[in-house]
Amino acid sequence: MAWFSKTKQRKSSIDKDELWAVCDSCKAHVYREEWEKNLKVCPKCGYHERITCQQRLQLTIDEGTFEELDSDIEISDPLKFSDAKSSYADKAADTKAKTGLNEAVLTGFGTLNGISVVIAIMDFRFFGGSLGSGTGDKILLASDYALRHKQPYIVFSASGGARMQEGIISLMQMAKTCAGISRLNKAGVPYISVLTNPTFGGVSASYAMVGDINIAEPGALIGFAGRRVIEQTIKQKLPENFQTSEYLLEHGFIDAIVERKKIKSFLHSVLQYSMRK
Amino acid sequence: MSLDFEDQIVELENRIEELIKLNAAPDVQFDTEIAELKKKVQQLIKETYGNLSPWQVVHVARHQDRPHFEDYIEGMSSEFIELHGDRCYGDDRAMICGFATIDGQKVMLIGMSKGRTTNEKIANNFGMANPEGYRKALRLMRLAERYNIPIVCLIDTPAAYPGKEAEERGQAEAIARNLTEMASIETPIIVVITGEGGSGGALGIAVGDIVMMLSFAIYSVIPPEGCAAILWRDSEKAPDAAKALKITAKELLELGVIDEIINEPPGGAHRNKETTILAVKEAILRHLKTLEHVGRKKLVNKRFEKFVKLGKFDDRKYSSH
Repeated sequence: MAWFSKTKQRKSSIDKDELWAVCDSCKAHVYREEWEKNLKVCPKCGYHERITCQQRLQLTIDEGTFEELDSDIEISDPLKFSDAKSSYADKAADTKAKTGLNEAVLTGFGTLNGISVVIAIMDFRFFGGSLGSGTGDKILLASDYALRHKQPYIVFSASGGARMQEGIISLMQMAKTCAGISRLNKAGVPYISVLTNPTFGGVSASYAMVGDINIAEPGALIGFAGRRVIEQTIKQKLPENFQTSEYLLEHGFIDAIVERKKIKSFLHSVLQYSMRK
Repeated sequence: MSLDFEDQIVELENRIEELIKLNAAPDVQFDTEIAELKKKVQQLIKETYGNLSPWQVVHVARHQDRPHFEDYIEGMSSEFIELHGDRCYGDDRAMICGFATIDGQKVMLIGMSKGRTTNEKIANNFGMANPEGYRKALRLMRLAERYNIPIVCLIDTPAAYPGKEAEERGQAEAIARNLTEMASIETPIIVVITGEGGSGGALGIAVGDIVMMLSFAIYSVIPPEGCAAILWRDSEKAPDAAKALKITAKELLELGVIDEIINEPPGGAHRNKETTILAVKEAILRHLKTLEHVGRKKLVNKRFEKFVKLGKFDDRKYSSH
């Protein structure tokens, strides 16, 4: 787990030159305006660049209908954790200042093409989208809101896995969030999981993989253990497309791969089947 | 295998054994020396094991002479009927499941097994389960629910297996499914971490009404070596990571992650197999007796409350169900 910290941070695909964006995958130069208009998806190769939770919200929820839940929940530091360089508390303050977020997930409710839904959107910028106790609490509280109001629950995941700095308490968030999903299942409240790049470890091994319907963006990396850990364990090279959405679809763990610009209408169509009276 | 902090203890133990051998001869008499050395070694064990660092506890938890799942089966139950297979893919030897009778009480006994000999270790994949292991466990937990018998899970695993096929068969999905389903199983679930509680690999069968730990077991989101390599950029800093992660039974009891510590005798379970197994058995039976009288709906609600309170930000309420 916590595979994310092992990999070097990808360089931002946005070139310093404000006119151009450079695709991380095919290195194509694309007019920034076109890049943004195409929702940060490369028009040449279809690579989906990561987007922020606010951008995702805008793409998914009808304008002016969103109300945030539990925005005041922030990092708690159950272990009073420090590593060689700094304390978790200091790092958390830094991250908060840089991203303007209190935790790695934004939760709330609104309408999606007129349908009332509850939504949770993870943001990779915040500690690699890792599953801290605040993250887990918000995801559970949002599922509880969905349960009480009998409204579909949609979760967008983007995470390296458990948050090491919260140790065992981070691990417990897996059981906690899944307990919330279990209640939705029992009550017949729809739960749709959207896996985006990347979804790993403690998040893929909990709520992200147990949607009534699992959908993924093209080319997203999704798995339990990180590629490097696996290669070290089995001492073999892994196939190029290992742990991509397409690979998962082939092996039966994803219902559909949906391009970013079609996700909203896909969710809308699917929800029509789940809202029987 | 001996642990470096046990050098002195092992040396004394060896000397006692030698003297006992010599003592068998008719013309020698070492009884006093043996008694004295025994006293000394007991004292030394008590001192050493009373002050183990978290990193030393990691080594005790991984000690290969600790009782394994097979030893618990034999030491605790009068009958064990192993049940194989996940009905989808295969039979995972890292995860052993079956009906067991413990002091007349019928249970579904599930446990991870690292294996002791080289052949066993390979067959059991060093106690690292594959998706079919978690699916077998879930299948049999649902069966236990249907038959109205309680579930007992003994945990000793370094991790869920990080392999190519494990990914292809859905390691993440298998664990996620277990966490989701275990939250709703309407029969008591008792969990004991007997050795290593390795992250999601352990949690995949550890969503219990009562979670206990042996006093020198560990339970962690990541192995200290891995955490040190990532956060300290130096796996030699594992002792620091072991301390920072809070992975010992005492710390986890304080954090509310576990409900009870089952004490191992001084010197650890690897020196005192039978006593340890009996202590585990006693604790399981005691909790089974209490849980027996809890209504099924209430049991599931209490399990929910137990896990949602871990790392809860403040006292905002969840709906009662």
